[in-house]
This record gives sequence, C-alpha cells and structure tokens, in this order.
Amino acid sequence: MTQIDVNALANAKAKGKRPYFFDDPAVERVLAITMAVAGELAVTRERLDTVERLLEAGTSVTKANIEAYRPDDDAARERQEWHAEYINRILRIVHQELEGLQNDDVSPEQLADDMAAS
Amino acid sequence: MSTPLPPPYDRTAPNALGAEVRHDEKARFDFLANLNVHLGSKLFPGTKTAFEKRVAPAFKKTKGRDLANRVEVRDAMKGDPVYQFWAALRRNTMEMRQQAGRSVVYRQFDKLTERARALNDAKPTLKLDPTTKIPRYLAAVDNHCMPGSYYTEIAPDDISGPANYDIGIFVTGAGASSARGDSGGRAIVKFVRESFPDFKPKRIMDLGAGIGTNTLPIAEAFPDAEVVAVDVAAAMLRYGHARAQAMGFNKVQFIQAALEDLDFAPGSFDWIQTTMFWHETSMPTLMSGLKRVYELLAPGGMSLNVEQPNFTATTTLWDQFTKDWDAWYNNEPFWSKLHTLDYPKLMAASGFAKDKLFDGYANSDVEPGFYPDWAKVYDRHGPEKSVEKAQKRGWYLFGGWK
Repeated sequence: MTQIDVNALANAKAKGKRPYFFDDPAVERVLAITMAVAGELAVTRERLDTVERLLEAGTSVTKANIEAYRPDDDAARERQEWHAEYINRILRIVHQELEGLQNDDVSPEQLADDMAAS
Repeated sequence: MSTPLPPPYDRTAPNALGAEVRHDEKARFDFLANLNVHLGSKLFPGTKTAFEKRVAPAFKKTKGRDLANRVEVRDAMKGDPVYQFWAALRRNTMEMRQQAGRSVVYRQFDKLTERARALNDAKPTLKLDPTTKIPRYLAAVDNHCMPGSYYTEIAPDDISGPANYDIGIFVTGAGASSARGDSGGRAIVKFVRESFPDFKPKRIMDLGAGIGTNTLPIAEAFPDAEVVAVDVAAAMLRYGHARAQAMGFNKVQFIQAALEDLDFAPGSFDWIQTTMFWHETSMPTLMSGLKRVYELLAPGGMSLNVEQPNFTATTTLWDQFTKDWDAWYNNEPFWSKLHTLDYPKLMAASGFAKDKLFDGYANSDVEPGFYPDWAKVYDRHGPEKSVEKAQKRGWYLFGGWK
C-alpha cells in the first residue's frame, strides 16, 4: 500500500495567493468554518433521512443498508428541497440585508428624528 | 420563478473507474451543489442590486463622474458587504468542493491506481512522453482552485488529481451539466451536425482534451473517424484513457504533448477541437497555437474552439466585471485578457481566410435528455422554460475552415 496522509492530501491548497473578500480575513476564516460545519450537519440530516426511510420501509438499519439506499423520485425531490430550504435558512441575514437595500429601508435613528420633528 | 433544483448526486453516472462514493460523500456533494445553485440564482443577483443602488451612486458622488471601466467596478465593489459575502461564499464553496472530492479519492488511492493501471496496461492507444515540460501558464497557479492542477503526481502512475476532477465536476456545474459532465461535447456534436451536415471528418484531434470528457461524445458521433486526444498532463491522459476504455471507447488515442511539440505532419487532421482550453494558456501560446492548428489541418479541415466570448461594444461594465471574476478569484489568470481579444483577427493572423470564419453558440439538449430520470421529477427551469433560456446556457464557439 502506498503510504499517504489522506487527510493532508484532502485538505491541500491550490497554488496561488488566496484572495480574501472581507475587510478582516478573520471573518472569512470563521465563515469558512461555519459553512463546513453547516455542510456536515446537512450530511448528518441526509443520513437521518435515510434511516427514517429505511425504518418506514421495514428495512433493518445497518451500515450496509444505509450505503445501499437509493432514494426514489419522490424521496430524491424531498431531499433536494430540504437542502434548498436549509441553505435559505442559514443565509437569512444576507438576504434580509439585501431586502432592506431593495426597499430603501430607513434607520430607526432617522425615523426618530423624522417623528420628533414638529 | 421557481428556484432550480439540481439533481441529486445519486443520479450521476457511476464513476467509470469504479470509484466508490459513499452515502455521506454524496450528501456532501448534494449540499455543495445546492449551495452553488443558491449562490448563483439567489445571492448573485443581489450583488447587481448593490452595484446599482449604492456602489455606482457612491462612486459618482465622490468622483463626480460615472465608473469608466471594469477595473474601477472591481475596485468599487470590493467594499460592498453583499458582494463580499457572495464572493467569499463562492470562493469557499469551490474550495469545499475540492476538499470533498479529494477526500473521496485519496481514501481509495491504491484501488483507483490499480484499476487505471489494469485498463491502461500495454495499450497502444495511450502514448505518454515523460520528457514533456509543464508550461508556466499551468505551473504558476492551480487553475480553478484545483489543488495540484492537472499534472501533479504523488506516486507512480498517479491518477488521483483527474479522479477528483471527474468525481466532483457535478458540484462545479451545480448539477447543470449532464450525468457524465459531458454537456460541452454533446453541444459541439449537435452544433456540427446541424451547421455542417455534410462534414465527414476522417481524423479528429481534441487539443487540451484533459480526461476526454468532451472528446468521447465526438468519438461516439463520428465512429468512423480516428480520434486523438492530446494533453500536456500525463495524469489526465492516464485517467482519461482508462475511463474511455472502461466506457468501451477502445480506439480513441490519448497522446501526451505540449502544444509546441505536437508531432504530427502538416495537414493531417480534418477537425481540430479545443474546448475551454485557450483561456488556461497565455497570449503567446494562443497566437502560436492557432497558427499550429492551421498548419495541422488538411485543406477543407475545420478548427472549432469553445471558449469565453469576447466583450463587445454592448457588454456592460457590470457584465465585464462579473465575467472577469474567475480571472482574479478562481485562478484563471488569462481569462480576463481573453475577453478583450478579437478572435476573427487572431484567426486571420493564423492563416484562416476571413470569409471562412464562423462563430455562434452551441447548445446541448439541456432537457429532457441529460438526467432523464430527474427531468421527469423536477422541471429545472420552472414554468418559463423556453428556447431563449436554453440559449443562455449555450457554449460560445469560434472557428474557421482551411
């Protein structure tokens, strides 16, 4: 067997200086970790969905049966819709900022000044 | 409009080399493909809103004039929070896709290497040349954030990089390609058949063919032609040749050569194809490469190049900025310059007669043919399905006849 460090190879960086988009790169690091954790939760959720569907079908829940499971059309669609809904939920704040921008939202301070004006 | 829902990874074609993709690994790809769809269809439009609503007006207020070019747009957008979020997520999602694919490949490294070895063993259709030098345009950065690029080898007969490329291409295209990721090749075939129904090439070269993803649909459509896939990277050719053999394409040749060292007689090909190849080279290579293509074509032969379209007088600054994005943030350094070129002029300078040039868009049968099972389940394009929508998914191409 070839001696390789699977985890190190999986994590290898692409050559070339990495661009950072936020003013503070620390924000980007935390975002990257948050999204990786979000991804792993999605993986766990899909596995749980498989377990539930095996149980519903009266199939024993073994690792082999989980690996062998193939969602039918309805199950596949439900699982994809779950991913879409889940991503929408975790990125809520960005979409709300955008909605505020589209609606030209006014700040409470501005409103307070407006309301106080005689 | 309904949000497009990608097909699940489970509906892609099984890996030709028999790589195992486990339940949780498929789920990881599904998350990432859905995230890419979300970023493209829901968050990306917001960056344009931010540009129009606050970035462009703020620039005008400060400078007393409008933004003048795409470099100014890029600089102005850098400080916008919505743009920062979209860009950071897009870059990060590409990195996650690489990590996910590589973790699948390296845990079964020996098995995959052996499988490729067995398929490649003593086959005259695979011709590698260990003296081939990796050109600087590939060696300087890893294109599209793919660690190790196309050519890195960590052990003898290594095919791990290309295996990752193949296994994860589903995520990169957010499931919008085809079950084998070969929608480019299928689009080319459809274009050539419809545009040039009498064209019967006897010898075809796919230059910069990589693992032959888009070569095999051409070989399938022209079964009597001799098809040669050329690439500079041995790892890609080993994997591509093994993949072709496993899929029953026993005649397609995979040959290692740098563009500068192509060892074929002038006039020996009826069709030389490149598919998203030139943008990963450089200006001198593009200029000398097209000349070499012209030399290698037989009279009546065709050069066909699927590439990024050039900017035109009607390309807005916003579109220029967004189309350029990959140059700066997805390790595609020549991509930006390519946009500003004049392909007809380059083709003419390479020897092609101006009245024998053409360009256009190639479209594959986006639906229902690609994920046939999935198309029944979910209409990817929502109620507004139309020819116009399919056109937008087309591949730009330019070419010429000798």
